[in-house]
Amino acid sequence: MPPLLQLDRVTIRFGGLTAVSEVSATIDERELVGLIGPNGAGKTTLFNMVTGVYQPTEGRIAFDGRPTAGLKPFDLTARGIARTFQNIRLFPSLTVFDNVRVAFHLHLRHDATHSLTRGRKFQTEETELRERTRDLLGIFGLERVQDEPAKSLPYGDQRRLEIVRALATRPKLLLLDEPAAGMNPAEKVELMKLIQFIQEKFKLAILLVEHDMKVVMGICQRIHVLEYGRKIAEGTPAGIRADPAVIAAYLGQEHG
Amino acid sequence: MFPKSQLWLLAALALAGVVSAFSGRLDSYVLDVAMGVGINIVLAVSLNLINGFTGQFSLGHAGFMAVGAYTSAMLTTTLGTQLGGSPALLQWVLFPASLLLGGLLAALAGLAVGAPSLRLKGDYLAIVTLGFGEIIKVVLQNVDAVGGARGLIGVPAYTDLFWTFGAAAVTVYVVWGLLNSTYGRGFLAVADDEVAAEAMGLDTTRYKITAFVVGSFFAGVAGGLYAHLKGYLNPGGFDFNKSIEIVVMVILGGMGRHVGVIIAAVLLGVLSETLRSFGDYRMIIYSLLLIVLMLTRPQGLFIWPLWKKKST
Repeated sequence: MPPLLQLDRVTIRFGGLTAVSEVSATIDERELVGLIGPNGAGKTTLFNMVTGVYQPTEGRIAFDGRPTAGLKPFDLTARGIARTFQNIRLFPSLTVFDNVRVAFHLHLRHDATHSLTRGRKFQTEETELRERTRDLLGIFGLERVQDEPAKSLPYGDQRRLEIVRALATRPKLLLLDEPAAGMNPAEKVELMKLIQFIQEKFKLAILLVEHDMKVVMGICQRIHVLEYGRKIAEGTPAGIRADPAVIAAYLGQEHG
Repeated sequence: MFPKSQLWLLAALALAGVVSAFSGRLDSYVLDVAMGVGINIVLAVSLNLINGFTGQFSLGHAGFMAVGAYTSAMLTTTLGTQLGGSPALLQWVLFPASLLLGGLLAALAGLAVGAPSLRLKGDYLAIVTLGFGEIIKVVLQNVDAVGGARGLIGVPAYTDLFWTFGAAAVTVYVVWGLLNSTYGRGFLAVADDEVAAEAMGLDTTRYKITAFVVGSFFAGVAGGLYAHLKGYLNPGGFDFNKSIEIVVMVILGGMGRHVGVIIAAVLLGVLSETLRSFGDYRMIIYSLLLIVLMLTRPQGLFIWPLWKKKST
């Protein structure tokens, strides 16, 4: 079976700066992969290329067996790549319910004209979507705040809501950009449980960009390590922990 | 069976028809102001879809209004005399057709202006629409076929209470209907965070263009109503000040609020009549009003509940 996501010698340059250089990597279906590296290693840039925000200068990215070159972020979401943001980006003035409901729209069979005719098909589909939104919120314990504007939620709930909203697009691959940022140790443990729960329950692959070693080492099956835009290592958490290049580049700094 | 929202629309249309039937008993000045208010509602509610709900900033609503006004007026003045026919027939067939055509042409202009500028994020739309409004004005001033700077005279007075408030009801229904669906929540999402909306699979450019084209359509319809209300068109009447007047209604009502913007449209329609005796000072009063409003109630005047402080 071909990998779900395949990066083939992906390079991006901004003027004279090579932010990511010849990175090759794969993610299989239903795999939980970590992407780590020191600040400025190019993790978020790589992330932005996978989600279509940037186009690679060289190299190819394929998702689900098809190249993604030239596709816009919303095309890729329709194909099955969903993401969260490092600095939470909810729809702040929309209610919690509508934040999730709007993400369901990809799977609508009706469009603008139906919302004017408001026929029976439109009504049943809307009712169905409301139920599915409520169900999804229920799984994550957010149904009690569903009518609050998203901006009024506490930080942890906002993080969770962002993940729930991404799930509503029914992704095959979920990219989480530093989900543990700004969380205390107890919240991080919660988050790890949540990520594993999502992977099992929704049967999807997850790419986790994270600074927190405990989180990455604790749940990822495989880890890619970036430094100065190059991939310096790939392997299991145990292998990465013992890799001399990684220790020198990254973990070593924490001790020294 | 009709959905509830469509019953509301039918009821509003019926009410407009009934009131219109008895409009002969009303004072003609009051009637004039009332019809102006109806046109204001069409303008403000349609601009609210663009500026309020979708979070774009158009400064050219008067330009689209001009496109609709001249299209529809040219149609009724030229075709009306050729077709002959009874005045009632012209008012009930030719007039709505001309309104529709005016709206469609305005929508087309909206597409031409919006498609390139809405691809970009940020405030490019404000600049482009500002330019568009001026261009339309200058073009109309220089085309002799539509009267040039002297204006277009002899537009038949087909506009009545039914057509103005009927159009207002349809506008409110369309904007409300578009927004109250899973699809329509996308407009609000685009206004809130374009990057996140794109990441959720929303084609943000398409949403913005849709809002802009629908908004322009109703501006064109409002223009047609205006032309057949005043009986006389002057390119200067569709200048930047007119666009600002409509923007003020939207801001005063609270961007992206349904009821507030309607109240503001009514209030400003009446206010601008009362201020008419001040002549050119009217725009100064408008500007002051806007400044005071932004300082004291940035969320808009008619946000429910009225007196509770907005939590951030």
